[in-house]
Amino acid sequence: MRRTAITLLVVVEILPLVWLFLSSLKQESEFSLNPVYALPEGIHLQNYVDAWTTGRVGTYFLNSLLVVLPSVLLVVLLCATAAFALEILRWPGRNKVLLLFIAGILVPGQMVLLPLFTIYFQLGLLNSKLALILTYVGFGLPLGVFLMVGYYKAVPREVLEAAVVDGATVYQAFRRVALPMVGNAIATVALVSFLFIWGDLLLALTFTSDSGERTIQTGLLAFADQYGARRWGPTFAAISIATLPTLLVFVILNQRVIRGLTAGAVKG
Amino acid sequence: MAAFLRDRRAVVLLLGPALLVYTAVLLIPIIWSLGYTLFEGSILGGFRYVGLQNFETLAGDRRFWDALRFSVGYAVASTIGQVGAGLLLALAYVFWLGRSSTLVRTVVFAPIVLPTVAVATLFAKLFAIAPQYGLVNAGLDAVGLDGLIQPWLGQASTAFWVIVLMDVWRAMGFYAVILFAGLVEIPADVLDAARIDGARRFTLFRRVLLPFLRPVLFTALIFALVGTLKVFDSVVALTRGGPGSATTPLTLYMYDTAFNFLDYGYGSTIAMALAVLCLVVTLALFRFARADVDR
Repeated sequence: MRRTAITLLVVVEILPLVWLFLSSLKQESEFSLNPVYALPEGIHLQNYVDAWTTGRVGTYFLNSLLVVLPSVLLVVLLCATAAFALEILRWPGRNKVLLLFIAGILVPGQMVLLPLFTIYFQLGLLNSKLALILTYVGFGLPLGVFLMVGYYKAVPREVLEAAVVDGATVYQAFRRVALPMVGNAIATVALVSFLFIWGDLLLALTFTSDSGERTIQTGLLAFADQYGARRWGPTFAAISIATLPTLLVFVILNQRVIRGLTAGAVKG
Repeated sequence: MAAFLRDRRAVVLLLGPALLVYTAVLLIPIIWSLGYTLFEGSILGGFRYVGLQNFETLAGDRRFWDALRFSVGYAVASTIGQVGAGLLLALAYVFWLGRSSTLVRTVVFAPIVLPTVAVATLFAKLFAIAPQYGLVNAGLDAVGLDGLIQPWLGQASTAFWVIVLMDVWRAMGFYAVILFAGLVEIPADVLDAARIDGARRFTLFRRVLLPFLRPVLFTALIFALVGTLKVFDSVVALTRGGPGSATTPLTLYMYDTAFNFLDYGYGSTIAMALAVLCLVVTLALFRFARADVDR
């Protein structure tokens, strides 16, 4: 009974994904001739080629990489420095500023969409990667700062004092002493913001209208509108491509991802 | 040491860049957005000051109230589903699987890391009826339940539940891990004591586990409610708000108002209503949780 329940549970969670990958290998005729739960008759990789080239998923994928990588890098850099200033350094008003950052977790994206659109329109930044990167970094800061501050709390102050006695400047103490001690935090912030930015639809949809600048999620949406109804094989291939990076990250780093994503809730 | 930690220039240099981006991308736009609620128009057609007219319009706008009703109904149904299923899973992890549940926990957690658009596009195919049956309709066909075959996403009544189901499927493993973390904090002797007292299962849960679990449960509820009130990706990719506007939440109504009807003022008013709703829900649950602890 227990074993059945647990097996059923795992099957329910995995079945849609297994169906997705198997279906992405089917020829178009198999969808109309066989029931959709039938196994593929062969390995039809042409779906991936079609989605990647004629469906432009390749362009979207590359666009996403070019936005996601700099964004994640900047989120990590800004969160690591800001949290150091907020948690380790002593100055009046630092708790208020920290609260200001953390309050950002609550703000719905819709609240800032129109002013940002106006700003980017005036600056001619619509359809640019810069607009997306800037916005993603801004949205990544609240949770990132919150997580990093938590980790800096655990850095023993004696270690920093020792560095000062040895004649280190505050920047050296940050880079050589504090930073190496919060490596876990950096990895966590990087992972969480990667997942958020890779999966974003709202911001990318708003700030890009040019089809050549679409990210993977807005591109997938457009792809499904255009080909989705009739051409199931390439659509399944496109979905697989869009999920692959996050799935890969999760397969390799699952426990760290789980800790990172739930940290906000467990500590909060 | 003291001087070292009070280096003002270091504060400016280390905090400055982050604060600058945060101010430009979130703080200023939030205030700006509040200002927009007093105007109508867009950057293309120009703006006109209209005072509080947008709020009057909001009060009498049937589409707004429909969207609000959908958002709230969807948030309540999804939250009950996500946290409820998460709680059952967490209990199963602790009492059935014990400490060896890492693999199952990991597998059940996985869907939340997948991009919502991709998951929704997949679910559109799962529940498809044309040009061929999706997995669900084909499955019903195969086991002889032809009567149940229907256009799941083409009818208001079923489309609502498909979206809820998808979000429960995505998030239940996430809440299971959060609640599991709360459950394993409960001291083993408390559980043993309860068992020796002969507490039956449900009594054990209500009298012993629930009081311990309450703070974590409230956190999970806040996360789930606020998260689902902001639903956008799932709906856009699964139903585009349809059929008609039957599955249009506030977020999508705001988006359409701003970018299809080019009314930034009214769009900002809807966005503000959404932000207020999220804030009220969070504060109410916080207060409720605190009152609960004090008692």
